[in-house]
Amino acid sequence: MKSLTVPAKVDQLDIVTEFINEELEKQDCPMKAQMQIAIAVEEIFVNIAHYAYKPKDGDATILCEIGGDPLAITIQFLDNGKPYNPLQKEDPDTTLSAEEREIGGLGIFMVKKSMDSIDYQYVEGKNILTIKKNL
Amino acid sequence: MALTINRSWAGEKEVTLILEGRLDTTTAPQLEKEIQELDGITCLKMDFEKLDYLSSAGLRVLLLAQKKMNRCGEMILNHVNETIMEVFDVTGFIDILTIE
Repeated sequence: MKSLTVPAKVDQLDIVTEFINEELEKQDCPMKAQMQIAIAVEEIFVNIAHYAYKPKDGDATILCEIGGDPLAITIQFLDNGKPYNPLQKEDPDTTLSAEEREIGGLGIFMVKKSMDSIDYQYVEGKNILTIKKNL
Repeated sequence: MALTINRSWAGEKEVTLILEGRLDTTTAPQLEKEIQELDGITCLKMDFEKLDYLSSAGLRVLLLAQKKMNRCGEMILNHVNETIMEVFDVTGFIDILTIE
């Protein structure tokens, strides 16, 4: 597994995205899946950057592996921040009008919809969120 | 990885924002500022032909823009590519936005 550790800050997003893209570019991955993976990475990493260590600072580690049959990408996000399971967040009501809409929860909702599996664990003081997408 | 925004005016009350690049957590504030600065318009168009990425941070700004234009006119999106359309579809934004 390839590994990247960065400060859990929004300004590190490009570095995280680039790290995943480098792995994906070795595969013949359709545009749509590429964007879905990039969105998932952004939503999860930004969530960690915004909330995990607030108001302090800390690191996030991202692990990435492509393999298996059927071929799939597995990405793990680890942080030592407050225990937080984003999967418990209630799905937003996507039928409301613009005026009634609130934006919270849309990011993780998109991740749930586009990945083939998503799993949360809290182990030894670490939040571990694992997403998997068949390529 | 950045976002470029160009304005194209059609008269005094209609403007098209031509977006190129990525609308993500890092770049969405740029578009938000641009939209806040627009005053007295009745038609806001956004050309997405060269926009190749959109996350929930981008959706948030589009929602703000839509709410603003609901009060004073209309907002229309053009040339939305298939992958971004998929995002609008999954999130129900397809029903909120006017896409041509």
